[in-house]
Amino acid sequence: MSQLCAVIGIGQTKYATKRDDLSIAGLVREAAQRALEDAGLTWKDIDAVVLGKAPDTFEGVMMPELYLADALGAAGKPMFRVHTAGSVGGSTANVAAHLVQAGVHERVLTVAFEKQSESDAMWALSPKYPFQPPLLAGAGGYFAPLVRSYIRRAGAPADVGIQVAVKDRLHALKNPYAHLQMPEISTEMVKASPMLWDPIRYLETCPSSDGACAMVLGNEQAARKAANKPAWVRGTSMRSEPAMFAGRDQVLPRAGRECAADVYKQAGVTNPRKQIDVAEIYVPFSWFEPMWLENLGFAEPNEGWKMTASGATALGGELPINPSGGVLSSNPIGASGMIRFAEAALQVRGQAGAHQVDGARMAMGHAYGGASQFFSMWMVSSDRP
Amino acid sequence: MGDPIKVIKTPIHLDYQVLAGRDLVRFLNAIAEGKFIGRRCPSCKKVYVPPRGGCPTCAVVMGDEVPVADTGCVTTFCIVNVPYEGQVMKLPYVYASILLDGSDIPFPHLIQGIEAKDVRMGLRVKAEWVPAAELKPTMESIRWFKPTGEPDAPYDSYKDHL
Amino acid sequence: MSTPRDVAIVSFAQRPAVRAERQADDTEMLLPVLTEAIARSGIAKKDLGFTCSGSCDYLIGRPFSFVSALDAVGAWPPISESHVEMDGAFALYEAWVRLQHGDIDSALVYSFGKSSLGNLREVMVMQLDPYVLAPLWPDSIALAALQARALIDSGRASERDMAEVAARSRRSALANANAHVKGDFDVDQLLREPHLVAPLRKHDCPPISDGAAAIVLAAGDLARKVCARPAWIRGIDHRIEPHSPGARDLTRSSSTKIAGQKAGVAEADIDVAELHAPFSHQEIILRDALGLGASVDVNPSGGALGANPMMVAGLTRFGEAASRIIDGRARRAVAHATSGPCLQQNLVAVLEAR
Repeated sequence: MSQLCAVIGIGQTKYATKRDDLSIAGLVREAAQRALEDAGLTWKDIDAVVLGKAPDTFEGVMMPELYLADALGAAGKPMFRVHTAGSVGGSTANVAAHLVQAGVHERVLTVAFEKQSESDAMWALSPKYPFQPPLLAGAGGYFAPLVRSYIRRAGAPADVGIQVAVKDRLHALKNPYAHLQMPEISTEMVKASPMLWDPIRYLETCPSSDGACAMVLGNEQAARKAANKPAWVRGTSMRSEPAMFAGRDQVLPRAGRECAADVYKQAGVTNPRKQIDVAEIYVPFSWFEPMWLENLGFAEPNEGWKMTASGATALGGELPINPSGGVLSSNPIGASGMIRFAEAALQVRGQAGAHQVDGARMAMGHAYGGASQFFSMWMVSSDRP
Repeated sequence: MGDPIKVIKTPIHLDYQVLAGRDLVRFLNAIAEGKFIGRRCPSCKKVYVPPRGGCPTCAVVMGDEVPVADTGCVTTFCIVNVPYEGQVMKLPYVYASILLDGSDIPFPHLIQGIEAKDVRMGLRVKAEWVPAAELKPTMESIRWFKPTGEPDAPYDSYKDHL
Repeated sequence: MSTPRDVAIVSFAQRPAVRAERQADDTEMLLPVLTEAIARSGIAKKDLGFTCSGSCDYLIGRPFSFVSALDAVGAWPPISESHVEMDGAFALYEAWVRLQHGDIDSALVYSFGKSSLGNLREVMVMQLDPYVLAPLWPDSIALAALQARALIDSGRASERDMAEVAARSRRSALANANAHVKGDFDVDQLLREPHLVAPLRKHDCPPISDGAAAIVLAAGDLARKVCARPAWIRGIDHRIEPHSPGARDLTRSSSTKIAGQKAGVAEADIDVAELHAPFSHQEIILRDALGLGASVDVNPSGGALGANPMMVAGLTRFGEAASRIIDGRARRAVAHATSGPCLQQNLVAVLEAR
């Protein structure tokens, strides 16, 4: 019952702390318009729109698909809004892919965005409830203890996080859309930056960005007619586990492992480290790179930091991770998952410009959300299945 | 005719009620008596503090109420240095996961009574309650957790709770 | 589209809607509902292939509110799960799409919502264009009143017609233990009541309700195995219209008309229609858009006028319609759900026994 699905158009906005040159509608339209142009299509060629974003308190607009229907050319069409916390950008792309694979639509526009400068993201992430003291200082405050746990468990040297922070910002210099452009970035600079939530430093943390990312997904017929080379969707997966339960491993969540195993199986990947040419994974705090390398089976448990330290994950290395600069360089929260998925597609289409991994044919997009409990992943390839 | 308007401020004020839920109400009432209680899942037998409406892994209603000590150990923690909207604590402060003796899941709170840089995984701590006359059904009845002076808990005793 | 895979609703459970649930939190509300829906489905929880929920953060004033509700599902070992920030009926649509893939055969769909926690009329303003509409704070009843006025002015309905919808709905709700606004009301007496926001009177408006509901979907042979009379989804579609109330004809729900055509309402002999019409005049508009004849039994459950837990009321329409097929009271039903101001977005399905 399954049709083929391919990415036939990709559009991104320039990510920045505050896009005060555009309204929310303008922001999503900028990405969507670019995706349509890349696909050689117009608004009327789209059958359905799938929108994704993180909590509505980030902009102060409830159920924004209603307000954005016009901006995204959705009048008279089906429109949908997905919300799976931080993994939403990925889940949204997966839902859009399923619509094509199910044969429900031929060409689907999918957009993920966040214009979090409109509200206050840190407040939105740590609301004060009665009955309890306000302890939590945003996402960083939540994840920093997990990072400490990882460092202890894996016996990792303290500078691995710094290395990732430098690597991803150097990658970002080759991505004109990336928010942080820091040509002066260095190990010393990151090390000297203030500890925000010990052990996470300021420069090991993602920025807060406005931005949108869009893709046009099409079936095989649409892919054959498309203006540019398609990126074939070879697998999609989603897994969730409870946020808190007795004995939960939050550092290497089982949901992440099983989500990866599912998508690898669909894509025919039996040796991820060898068969995947490039991966865009969700790393909002630098230490998540070694942690996810283990969770995704690229490295053995407790060895992820070694893979990072060896330089294997830099552009030019054995398995480049986040050549776009990743979440560490741009983080419009609701969009970040889709940016990972879109960057993976850019790679296998040969469209990644200065941050292109030569000859990339099989790429992975990964996103996570909540208390490291929601995972969405996809595999794309230049080879038709 | 001035510059085009780029930004408008639209203040929004919405009032909501927050409901504690049956299990949380019982927990908070115990807190008002200076005690911690947990509930044991009849299926997996784990003790949850605070007790929840259902066991998150088994999806069954929680079973027996179980008293839980107000002592425990720090499993992991971070030192918060960054100010944020709604912040009440003075910086820097230590936000820790504390595994109370008798429970199977750590719960978050603050550590005081020790320099932030000396806090470590495995540190044995005890709850510092507000004076008896000030006890109320809110987590704010516990000011923070402070070191007991006991030797640190061995890594193996909490490594599955990181 | 190539022939879609046969998917049916095989069970439905709901919590009696109440004006304000003051004891149970989201997990406590959901746990018995999910347990019942799964038990009735005849499918073991561990065999469910996909889970999808609908809920809304702004409704209850809490970001990530769907996360704590996951405790009621027991997501261990990890499950394949998704969520929409929309009525649970749209979560059902996502689950239906997922089942088309062919690799899994069943899905759990649920939604919950407590409209009582905030000031619903104000909260709904947050759905509007933040630049030019929301700052005016046109509350949900005022907007509905605009639509009702337009309908009356078009000559296609009167305040009496609206009162008749309200009276009939509340009378039907007498037989529904899960509705909480019910009674035998006299139309003339209703019309003597003062306007709330003209031309709407209190009886034309939905109640404020807290609730939760769940549905289990199953495909093909599995549905036939576990359910004697599955409610097969013969067709399902949804459409959205332009956002601004000034940019569309409020008296004709064009999106419902298109969705109804795509779902195949016209080709089917409909016995029952559960329409998600929070306001009395909206039922008239929806009937018209779907082309439902006078013989169709509309909202035997009482509809959203009997109970309107936001984010749940649409899914409940699907459940109520499906129940009547599963227990043999109906052969073919229309289920409808709406989202957005003045029926901006609409989902329609045709359910049938075979």
